[in-house]
Amino acid sequence: MKFGILVNEGPYTHQASDSAYLFTKAALEKGHEIYRVFFYHDGVNNASKYTEPPQDDRHIVNRWSKLAEQYEVDLVVCVAAALRRGIKDELLAPGFRISGLGQLVEAGIQGDRLVVFGD
Amino acid sequence: MSEAEQQGEEGAGIVKKFMFVNRKAPYGTIYALEGLEVVLISAAFDQDVSLAFVDDGVYQLLKGQQTKGIESKNFSPAYRALEGYDIEKLYVEREALEARGLTEQDLLVDVQVMSSAELSELMAGQDVVIGF
Amino acid sequence: MLHIVNKSPYERNALESCLRLAQSGSALLLIEDGVYAATRGNAAEARLKDAMARLKVYALKADLEARGVAGRVMEGIELVDYGGFVDLACGQPNCQSWL
Repeated sequence: MKFGILVNEGPYTHQASDSAYLFTKAALEKGHEIYRVFFYHDGVNNASKYTEPPQDDRHIVNRWSKLAEQYEVDLVVCVAAALRRGIKDELLAPGFRISGLGQLVEAGIQGDRLVVFGD
Repeated sequence: MSEAEQQGEEGAGIVKKFMFVNRKAPYGTIYALEGLEVVLISAAFDQDVSLAFVDDGVYQLLKGQQTKGIESKNFSPAYRALEGYDIEKLYVEREALEARGLTEQDLLVDVQVMSSAELSELMAGQDVVIGF
Repeated sequence: MLHIVNKSPYERNALESCLRLAQSGSALLLIEDGVYAATRGNAAEARLKDAMARLKVYALKADLEARGVAGRVMEGIELVDYGGFVDLACGQPNCQSWL
């Protein structure tokens, strides 16, 4: 199965990013394909390379970057939502790229399922 | 050709039923506005797009929104522009209107009012459902 | 359809709206704070039990355990892990998150 994943909230404030990550990882471990993970609304904050969470807790941003590297997952941050929130190319953690909302629609078209995680 | 149109070309041939489900009021959170932005972009992809307004989502369609006092953009005219993008399937849940003391006459755009049962059936038949 | 509800029925009306609009034969998965709806003795229990006559209800075990309520789950609700969540998404033709 080919999955599109939509993450609507930023790291830590909501559980959305955690749930999305754990779902995505489980899907990959089962041999499914992740067509794209798209970050919208405050979800764009998952791409910031400047987060410094406490050391004894999970590092949400790095976790996404590692997953992207390990499985070649496409992590896309919506340009309009990013600009609104001050997320720009130079702030992106590894594995993330900024692109248009069309990439979300495309994930819906090309994927078999689109799973939404939000508030 | 815009990026969206280009991507529309690449996906050419696949037509899916997209339903965008609006359940939140405007202005208190950004979901109504940014949700609408997805809907407008989806127009470039020639998909079978419909919008459902449920719960507080019906407030997005209320006439007479005047946002000068809160110094925020009034984006409600965009709902009237949807028709120009060939997005004409706007469904409003009757129970949601009634629970809020609203009627179809209070809305700024033509919609199809339907019961929960009818909307439920429509939802079940969609390929992609994105809730805002 | 796989319906996903992630909020407690006391915080949001997401579960209520989901149950109103879910067709018979659908699956409902409770995740995150939504798992509280699956606990015995909560005020939403009767409503959920009614729904179980026409929907299959699941809850994410990891979220129940995190909240210390895994031992309080209503009879008839099946617990799944993230792998099971993935399987549910595959097993239904479409999915909808009620946020």
